[in-house]
Amino acid sequence: MNKIKIPIGPQHPALKEPANFQLVLEGEKIYEAGMRLGYNHRGIEKACEQRSYIQDIYLVERVCGICSHSHATAFVQAVEEIAGLQIPPRASYIRTLIGELERIHSHLLWLGVAGHEVGFDTLLMYTWRDREIVMDLLAEITGNRVNYGINTVGGVRRDVSAEQIANISKGVDAMEERTKYYIQVATEEATLIARLSKVGYLSKENALRLGAIGPTGRASAVDTDTRRDDPYAAYADLNFKVITDNHCDVYGRTLVRVGELMQTYNMVRQILKQMPEGPIAVKAPRKIPAGEAFSRYEAPRGEDVHYVRANGTDKPERVKIRAPTLANLSSVAKMMEQNYLADVPIIIAAIDPCFSCTDRALVLKDFGQPGDRAMEWNELRKYGIEWHRQRGIDFSGANKRFAKLMEAHN
Amino acid sequence: MSATKEEEISGRLSAQFPFLAGQVKIQRARRLWVETSPENFDAVFNGLVEKFGFNSLCTITGLDEGEYFGLLYHLAKEDGTVASLKVRVARHNPKWKSIGNKFPGGIIYEREIADLLGVQFEGLPPGPRYPLTDNWPAGQYPLRKDWQNTNVLPKNGGGA
Repeated sequence: MNKIKIPIGPQHPALKEPANFQLVLEGEKIYEAGMRLGYNHRGIEKACEQRSYIQDIYLVERVCGICSHSHATAFVQAVEEIAGLQIPPRASYIRTLIGELERIHSHLLWLGVAGHEVGFDTLLMYTWRDREIVMDLLAEITGNRVNYGINTVGGVRRDVSAEQIANISKGVDAMEERTKYYIQVATEEATLIARLSKVGYLSKENALRLGAIGPTGRASAVDTDTRRDDPYAAYADLNFKVITDNHCDVYGRTLVRVGELMQTYNMVRQILKQMPEGPIAVKAPRKIPAGEAFSRYEAPRGEDVHYVRANGTDKPERVKIRAPTLANLSSVAKMMEQNYLADVPIIIAAIDPCFSCTDRALVLKDFGQPGDRAMEWNELRKYGIEWHRQRGIDFSGANKRFAKLMEAHN
Repeated sequence: MSATKEEEISGRLSAQFPFLAGQVKIQRARRLWVETSPENFDAVFNGLVEKFGFNSLCTITGLDEGEYFGLLYHLAKEDGTVASLKVRVARHNPKWKSIGNKFPGGIIYEREIADLLGVQFEGLPPGPRYPLTDNWPAGQYPLRKDWQNTNVLPKNGGGA
């Protein structure tokens, strides 16, 4: 069968963010997938070198609109390690609290998007409604729904009041009830299970080889989680389970995320109960002594890493950021192979299978014929009918019966 | 007092690679920094990955250090220990080798360093560049310390 290469993106009605995928199709199936990235490159690493450490916190917080706290925390952790700062225990707990609330907001958002991409928009409406609870809590604690601005070098900038703790506790109870319902949907709803199972398969072996991380890796039975393996902030004090699954497909990734939500509610409760009293920050020097540090953070999408090198001034010599998605993208190409084009959106949850668009982008050619001319629609239809008839599939009888039936009905 | 797991790794590394004596630094729990010469890179890199269990590549950091470009391979173990292996390549001949055959996920990190710092990786499979635009002017490497954005922007500042 002839292979057809179709580009999707960087600007595409179904793409939420700019990326370009080159799909080589063999019929309906994806034979090979390539990608071109970088359309959103903003030069943040270079910009960090020209700004002070304090300014950089706010800059790196804007690397991502969803896991903003992940980047800010990974960055300040590296700076604190170089400066030899020990942050107060209460600050560690507040950082962890915001990090886990951020995970709730990110996972609920993902669940909604996943529902939307498979045509289950009720799930999108439900999860995004419930997500408002955590967005309101984040706004109440930090002043912002996203880009919380809670971190500073040496601790956090805002304390959490007893009233806020009570509100978080109530909010978590409500979201836990809702998540139990989503777990029921994910494990009992036959349509959803059938739609997600065996889609975007990534074996454990490939996940390891391609460096898949976070829920993507854990759904392929890769048992890693920075929170447990390389604990930072207050994670060493918390009791939690790392959720893994061996379905290795989109269904497994859904189960891991809803499972993680349940763990997170429990972790938030532990944080609220165990949070020590005391100061929330230590005084940090404006100039950071020369040195380097490598910081890891388990963002909702997987391990986020920052490398910071200081040169004794108030500006860093180098800031290197590797966001989790970059590490997972090599796996996306593998997941798409041998899947149907229709499964592309749920595999890369950001692309919609807009067939009308792709059809218009296609030029069907009469390969092997002189001049390689393009076929007209009627010609193509006739060719298709003839192609099937030669292989013993003939609908002409059925068409006649259908016409008769319609006549009788009228 | 018994040795910590970091001291144990450091000791085993120095025993296996005598040239690493004094080049392994333990910064804190779960963080090791190792520096090697270009000639010994393969042996140390493969040793860390195959014999010491550092089988996951977090990322590669490229550094502009004047006469040299520093490359830091951040390798992680399942128990959370990270070894950052550093090698330096000369600025006047910025060529290095790809580790893409061992870590296919590392190809994108190498492309990033090639684009932003101008270190060429031999053995990198053909593919699109990352992350700069296709029409980015040749020889402009933004992460080099001597690079200014006026190199590529119009003199009047450009933009709207």
